Amino acid sequence: MAQIEGGGDDSHKKGPGVKKAKKLSTRVDMTPMVDLGFLLITFFIFTTTMSSPKALNLNMPKDTKNEEELNKAKESGALTIMLGKNNAVYYYEGQLAPDGSNFKATNFSGIRDEIINKRNDVIKSHVHDANCAKIWAENKGDKNSCLDRDFVVVIKPDQDATYKNTVDILDEMTINNVKRYAMVDITPQEYEVVQATEKNSGK
Amino acid sequence: MPSVKLPKKSTFVDMTPFVDVAFLILTFFIMATKFKPPEPIEVTTPNSVSTTELPESNAVLITIDKEGKVYFTILSEKDKSVFDEVINAVNSSRNLGLTDAEKVTYRKTYIVGVAFSQLKQLLDLPVDQQKNLKQPGIPVDSTGGELTYWVQAAKSAFAGQQLKYLIKGDNNSKYPVFKDVIEGLKKNDVYKYNLITSPEDAPAGTELYKQRHKAG
Repeated sequence: MAQIEGGGDDSHKKGPGVKKAKKLSTRVDMTPMVDLGFLLITFFIFTTTMSSPKALNLNMPKDTKNEEELNKAKESGALTIMLGKNNAVYYYEGQLAPDGSNFKATNFSGIRDEIINKRNDVIKSHVHDANCAKIWAENKGDKNSCLDRDFVVVIKPDQDATYKNTVDILDEMTINNVKRYAMVDITPQEYEVVQATEKNSGK
Repeated sequence: MPSVKLPKKSTFVDMTPFVDVAFLILTFFIMATKFKPPEPIEVTTPNSVSTTELPESNAVLITIDKEGKVYFTILSEKDKSVFDEVINAVNSSRNLGLTDAEKVTYRKTYIVGVAFSQLKQLLDLPVDQQKNLKQPGIPVDSTGGELTYWVQAAKSAFAGQQLKYLIKGDNNSKYPVFKDVIEGLKKNDVYKYNLITSPEDAPAGTELYKQRHKAG
């Protein structure tokens, strides 16, 4: 048979008279699209607020002058924590000795152990009595709820403490499951000791 | 010698899966994004392990910035009339003599950080210019200061409704300011506060950590 076209001889599959259409690539260059895609991703990553802020609950006691309404803390179970300058933490157990001998300095990583130790001491020296059954019932049988009932942490941030320190120490109460804690103003005597300690350590 | 003809491979890489993933991530971020609300005052909040969600409405927000300036904001999404009630209460209790136009401006004022004596000046400015005014902070002292009156006004405006008190303090603000703010709230018989913090994990090995991982 006569061939009309001479071209397209390279492929011999074609039948006669079939004009070979030029095969266009179906591939699209996607680079600009990817560029745009990632640009948008970057934009949204930067504008997004992934972790919404949380609320830390804080309850303060009502100021009262009436002695009877005040909660008395047992000396044996009290741990007083003071917050000073430069993230320093000071603490003492029970009452502050007049000579300041039980006044100790630590920092935010050390105070956790102190809280845990003190709590364990309180649990060890716990004396069982009839009230425990009631407390257990209220706390759904959590044995520790009665054992550490005498454990009270008193938080006293001083004038130089930052808000961050205050929140951190409140957070420490949650972390260590301390149920009884109170935020109280620092007494002048304690502030003096804190300042003297800060002076000695050259802060 | 017969030359070995290597087949010429295309350098073109198929980008389709890549694009798929990219757009999947993009879609996720578009969906998950929640634009940061306008924050005229930059505050870096401390971290805490608390997991309580923050109320977005029916709340009073007291901001303490890093210099210890105190700002006051009413958060009420639906009921805008509380803004009027608050400003009216403040106006009459402190004899500010605000005009109606100024009271209307208060509705849109995001944050107030001026003393009562300067409130008129702040509210005279159009809302979009208020952020340019350098606000010196609401005066507070060991008896609560002017913040007491703001809280009082808010408390009466939200009477009968649940009202949360949010305190958003900066990491570097000092404790005495925080104490003064608390004092201002205590004066109004408010003893429960929510401190705004950024979330963080419970440190490993602590009681809380054990508790959470037992439950979860």
